Amino acid sequence: MSSSANPRGVTRFLLAGNGGLVLLFLYAPIILLVIFSFSGAKDPGVWGGFTFDWYRDLADDDRVQNAIGISVRVAIFSTIIATVLGTMAALALERFTFRGKKVFDALLYLPIIIPDVTMAVMMLLFFTRAFDLIDAMFGTRFAKGFWTVVVSHVAFNIAFVSVVVRARIAGMDSTLEQAAGDLYANRWQAFRHVTLPLIMPGVLGGALLALTLSLDDVVVTQFVSGPGSTTLPVYVFGLIRRDVTPLINAVSVVMLVASLVLVVASLAAQRASEGRRRRDLAIPGEEPS
Amino acid sequence: MSAPAIDDLPSGEEVERQLERSRRRRGFLLASPAYFYMVLFFAVPLVIVLVYSFATRTRTGGTSLSGWNLDAYRRLSEDFIIDSVVRSAVFALITTAVCLLVGYPYAYFAATRSPLVRNLMLVAVMIPFWTNFLVRNYAWRVIISTGGPISSVTETLGLGEVDLLFTRTAVVLGLVYSFLPFMILPLYASIERIDWRLVEASRDLYCSGWKSFTKIVLPLSMPGVIAGSILVFVPSLGAYVTPAILGGGKEALLGEYIVNQFLTARNWPVGASLSFVLMTVMLGATIVYFRSGGKNL
Repeated sequence: MSSSANPRGVTRFLLAGNGGLVLLFLYAPIILLVIFSFSGAKDPGVWGGFTFDWYRDLADDDRVQNAIGISVRVAIFSTIIATVLGTMAALALERFTFRGKKVFDALLYLPIIIPDVTMAVMMLLFFTRAFDLIDAMFGTRFAKGFWTVVVSHVAFNIAFVSVVVRARIAGMDSTLEQAAGDLYANRWQAFRHVTLPLIMPGVLGGALLALTLSLDDVVVTQFVSGPGSTTLPVYVFGLIRRDVTPLINAVSVVMLVASLVLVVASLAAQRASEGRRRRDLAIPGEEPS
Repeated sequence: MSAPAIDDLPSGEEVERQLERSRRRRGFLLASPAYFYMVLFFAVPLVIVLVYSFATRTRTGGTSLSGWNLDAYRRLSEDFIIDSVVRSAVFALITTAVCLLVGYPYAYFAATRSPLVRNLMLVAVMIPFWTNFLVRNYAWRVIISTGGPISSVTETLGLGEVDLLFTRTAVVLGLVYSFLPFMILPLYASIERIDWRLVEASRDLYCSGWKSFTKIVLPLSMPGVIAGSILVFVPSLGAYVTPAILGGGKEALLGEYIVNQFLTARNWPVGASLSFVLMTVMLGATIVYFRSGGKNL
């Protein structure tokens, strides 16, 4: 770094001050929320002595427990399906040419840029029409519920998984797979022992992104869930809109911890698979990322 | 080097073409599950929204698909809808401007630090981005609540009680808080790869610090400015959760208005046409984003 790029004097002081304020702005709300979740006061933003009451209430609250269960199940199902389909799509797009590739490529970008609200509207109208149609044709009436939520989450998650995996494949050396072929590995063996370990950090990264997005989603889920399939964010969103209580602080902290665990897990998993890959393949000259 | 013997065999191009064909088939097979899924559960729903936007609302709040018309689009020119569109655009613009004003110095400072500090500063921005969106907005609800931390601080300072909850300021605050990382990351990426020798050269030629910033650093980081602005403006425009939690739904914004058309007002054609318009705006912005080189950031 050259000296002229490095600001000095008042400029430097102002820049550092701004940096500090940005970090304060980003972290103070989260830290305060955690602190207030242990407050004994009835108002969620007032300190009233240390207590575990809200967490105890949380443990006794069946509706919250139920919503957590549904959220976790939706997230797991949608992540598995989206990761498998998204990884296959990424491999197809990066390694092959085929009819309709451009359309497919565009179709996989849309869910990333489309607003939540539009996506929610799309899925609601789709299921309404589809269920009417099925009813008219076969006389069976389906209703919105667990699976409509899973299907909708997969619909936006495939795109995110494929983007992450594609980035990984694009930075990868395709001669390694060819070398495997030259050494008499069949296609499956080459995939299982060369390609898959190489793209694993991308697949894991994509899966964790999908898991996070699924656990986060409020708007789409609110539109496509039925009675008995309320996820935790939708339930909490409903609570917040009615009235804020310290119980919501506690639920929020649980959600916060869950997402932090996911970030740490994703970093650890990526690091572990990087390390393993390095030991297995010892690719010379590649920068650790 | 030519090999006349091979010319007699049918292989050569023919074999290559067959190989190519089998590669294409395998590629399609590999893509087909996701392809099929995206067509059925994404493209078809998109078309259905378009169809609904031309439909008519029946008196009972249902939707009649017979007799397509442009009524829903015509209704978009009604004052109430125009108001909410303009209001959303203003909120999104203010949010973008605030993010840019705060984010640019942060990204600049990070990009001129040592690699260790630089990475720490970036990770520090990324972590809140990974935490639950709803929780982040709710945290502000707690902080600005009546008698909450902010008003007790201002009261201690003798500024009196500040009641931010359910105000426009609260909504902008929430939007900035939600989308600031989207501004900082592309800005950082574009500032970080500036060739600082250019700045050095300008200083050698007696440019003031400010001038070499406006003449060199700022123009070179323009792709980051454009990319970051679009990444903040676009989700702010369609935001639903933040205004609902921090704005109290007093003034309808675009996202909330659309949701209400479906969940309470039951005017699906208007909701469909409005969400289609919103999507078109986003698509347009994305094309600008890619043109500006945002893909490389």
